[in-house]
Amino acid sequence: MMPELGHYALVLALALGLVQSVAPIIGARTHDAALIRLANSTALMQFAFVAVSFAALVICYVTSDFSVITVFENSHSTMPLIYKFTSVWGNHEGSMLLWVLILSLFGALVAGFGGNLPAALKAHVLAIQSWIACAFYLFILLTSNPFLRLPQTPFEGRDLNPILQDIGLAIHPPLLYLGYVGFSIAFSFAIAALIEGRIDAAWARWVRPWTLTAWIFLTLGIAMGSYWAYYTLGWGGFWFWDPVENASLMPWLAGTALLHSAVVMEKRNALKVWTILLAILTFSLSLIGTFLVRSGVLTSVHAFANDPTRGVFILAILVLFIGGSLALFASRAPALKQGGLFAPVSREGALVFNNLFLTTACLTVIVGTLYPLALEAITGEKISVGAPFFNLTFGPLFVALMFAMPFGPLLAWKRGDLLGVAQRLMSALAIGIVAVAVVFAVEGGQSVLAPFGVGLALYVMVGALIDLLERTGLFRLPLATVRARAAGLPRSAWGTAIAHSGIAISMLGIICAATWGTERIVAVKPKQTISLSGYDLTFEGLVQRPGPNYSAVVGTFTMRSNGAVIGVMEPSKRSFSARGMSTNEAALMTRGASQLYLSLGDANNDGSVAVRLYYKPMVMLIWVGAVVMMLGGALSLSDRRLRVGAPKPAARSTLAPAE
Amino acid sequence: MRRVVWVGFLFALLTSGAALAVQPDEILKDAALEARARDLSRELRCMVCQNQSIDDSEAPLARDLRILVRERLTQGDSNQQVLDFLVARYGEFVLLKPRLEWHTLLLWGLPPMALVAGIIALLMMMRRSSAVRMEPAALSPEEQRRLSTLVESGTPDH
Repeated sequence: MMPELGHYALVLALALGLVQSVAPIIGARTHDAALIRLANSTALMQFAFVAVSFAALVICYVTSDFSVITVFENSHSTMPLIYKFTSVWGNHEGSMLLWVLILSLFGALVAGFGGNLPAALKAHVLAIQSWIACAFYLFILLTSNPFLRLPQTPFEGRDLNPILQDIGLAIHPPLLYLGYVGFSIAFSFAIAALIEGRIDAAWARWVRPWTLTAWIFLTLGIAMGSYWAYYTLGWGGFWFWDPVENASLMPWLAGTALLHSAVVMEKRNALKVWTILLAILTFSLSLIGTFLVRSGVLTSVHAFANDPTRGVFILAILVLFIGGSLALFASRAPALKQGGLFAPVSREGALVFNNLFLTTACLTVIVGTLYPLALEAITGEKISVGAPFFNLTFGPLFVALMFAMPFGPLLAWKRGDLLGVAQRLMSALAIGIVAVAVVFAVEGGQSVLAPFGVGLALYVMVGALIDLLERTGLFRLPLATVRARAAGLPRSAWGTAIAHSGIAISMLGIICAATWGTERIVAVKPKQTISLSGYDLTFEGLVQRPGPNYSAVVGTFTMRSNGAVIGVMEPSKRSFSARGMSTNEAALMTRGASQLYLSLGDANNDGSVAVRLYYKPMVMLIWVGAVVMMLGGALSLSDRRLRVGAPKPAARSTLAPAE
Repeated sequence: MRRVVWVGFLFALLTSGAALAVQPDEILKDAALEARARDLSRELRCMVCQNQSIDDSEAPLARDLRILVRERLTQGDSNQQVLDFLVARYGEFVLLKPRLEWHTLLLWGLPPMALVAGIIALLMMMRRSSAVRMEPAALSPEEQRRLSTLVESGTPDH
C-alpha cells in the first residue's frame, strides 16, 4: 500500500507541476490574477505531495518492506533505525526523490515567502521552477522509480553498503542537495528576468537571499563531505579532486562568483548581463554535476554506453535547460541596459577581479573533470587528471584571489584609491611577511610554499579584521562611538569580514596538515610502544566486539603525552556478513585544533598488527573555517537590506490613540 | 567513504580486500628514498580505481605498483626514469598529471587562455565605457518636457 501511495503522490505532484508550468505564465500575459495566484497553491501542494511520496518511501525503509526493490537492495532488518532511515537516499532512486523533495521545497518557499515579489515576476519564477521539477519527476517516474515492487517478497534485504552506514550519510547529502538545488531559484529568477525583459537592482536584491541560502548549505555540505571522507578513508585525506567532489565544487565556485556579482548589481546596477549569465551557469553546473554522478559516465565512458537510459534522459534535461537558457540569454541579453559606470580601481573593479578569477578557477575544474571523458569519447585515448594537475592549475588562481581579497571591502565604490588601501593594509601585509619569515626560519628553509601560504592566510585574516576596525573606529574613537558604529554596521559587512577570515582559516588548516603532518606506518606487537611527534602510543591488544549488524575487531591503544595518559584510542575493523564486506573505523583524538589519527591494518601471524598513526596539526581548522564561512553567510543573510521591501509588521492597533 | 553516496558502491568494490594503503613491509629503510617513493606514488594512478593515487589506494594493483616504484628507486633510477618506465609499461593513463602534449594542449591551455581572454575583454569594455562617459546622453523628449515645466513652474512636479 505504502509504495503505491508514494508512487501515486509523485504522479499527482507531476500533474500539479504541469499545471504550474503553464498557468502562471498565461496569467501574467493576460493579467489574470486568479491564474497567477494559482501558482502559489500548486507550488505548496507540489511540495506537500512530494513530501507524502518521500514519507511513504521512508516508511517502506523503516518498516523494512523488502517487497520494494530499492529497499531490498539497500536495507537490512538488523540495521540500526538511523541507517534504515538514511538508506532512503543511500541509492540512486531514493536520492533523486530527495533531490525533487528539496526542489519542491524551494518552490514552496518562494510561494510562501515571496510576498514582496512583483506578481508577474513571481508567476514566472514559479513556472520555471516547475519546468525543472517536472523534468525530474518524469526522470524518476520513467527511469528511476523507487517504488517498484518485486513479484515475491524476499525474506531479508541485501543491506546498505557498509561504507554508507555512517552518520555522515544523514548529514552530507541533504546539505549538499539543499545547496545544489537551491541554486535553481537563482536560475528561475534569471530566466524569468530574461522572459520579462526587465531587470534592475531590485532583482538582485530578491535573488541574493536565495543564492546566499544555497551557498551556505553547499559550503557546509562540501565541508561535511570532506570531514566524512577524512575520518572514513583510513588515512586522513580530506580532498581528492575526485570528479564527484569536483561536481560539487564547480557550482560552489560559480555560486560564490554569483554572490559577489549580485552585490555589484544590487548596489550599482552594473554587471547585470554577467550576473544573469552566472545565475544560469551556476545551476547548469549543478545539473552537470547531477549528470556526472548519476549517469555512470564517470566510471567509464563505456559503462555509460552500455546502460544509457538514465544517462541519456539526464543528458536530454541538461541540453534542454542549459541550451535553452543560454539561447534565451543570447537573444535577450543585448537588450538589457547596462548601468553604473565605474573606474577599474574601485569596489566594483575588485568584485570583477574576484569574478574573473573564480570563474577561471571554476573553468579549470570543469576542464580537468571533463577533458579525460571527452578525449576518451573522441579519440579513445585514456588519460588521468588528478590532484597534481589541480594543485598546479587551481592553486595559483586561488592565491591571486586570496591576495586581492582584503582589498575589495576596503576600496570605495565607483573610484577607489589603491595606494591608500594598500597603506591601510600595511599592518596586515607586515604580519603576513613576518609570518613568512618566521615560518621559513623555523622550518629551516625546507619549503617555500608552506611559509608563503601561512603568511597569506594570516594576511587575509588580519585584512578582514582591519576592515572591521576601520568601520567601527576601534582604537581611534571613544568606546561609546565605537559601540554605536558597530551596532550600526550592516550585518553584511560583518558577514563579509567573517566569511573572508573563514576561508583563510581553512587555508591555514590545509597548509599545516599537509606540510607538517607526520605519520608512522608499522606493525606493532601487544605492549609495544611507538612514538610520533611527542606522543607515545602503546598497543594493549585486540578484542572482538559484536555490533548490531556487524562484528568488529577492536584494537585498544593507550596514548601518552610526556608520560601521562591522555586517552585510549580504539580503531576497529568491522565485518558485515550481509554483503561480506568490511570497513575500517579510524580512531581520532582531538588535541586543540590538531588531531591524532589511528587506523588499524592487517593482523600478522606473529601476533603483531599493522597500524597507521598520523599526527595532523591544525587539521580541524579546515572545517572550522568552512563553518566560519557559513556563519558569515548566515549573518549576511540576516542583513536588513535583504528584508527591505518585505511588508513591515502593522502598528499594534490595540493601542489606544493618544488623546 | 568516497564522500558522496553514489560512488559508495564503487568504492566498496575496492575496499572489499580491506588492506590499507602503504603497508609497513613496503617501506624502504632509506628515508630519503622512501620520501621520493611517496612523492612519486602521489603522482601515479591506481588504474583499477576511480581516480585514486597508488599512495592512497588499497587495491592489490596499487601495492604492486608501489613495490615496483621502490624497486626501481633502489636500483638507482631517477624520478623521471621511474615515471618513464611506468608510462612505457602502462601508458599515459598511469600519470595523474598528464604531460603537455598536443592532445592535452587544451587541458593545460584552456584555463590560462580563459584568464587572458577575460582580462582582454575587460580592458576593451573599460575603454568603451570610458569613451561613453565623455559625452553624457542627450535628454529624451519626455525628460526635456519635464525639465521645461520644472523651470517654468519653479516647483517640483510632485
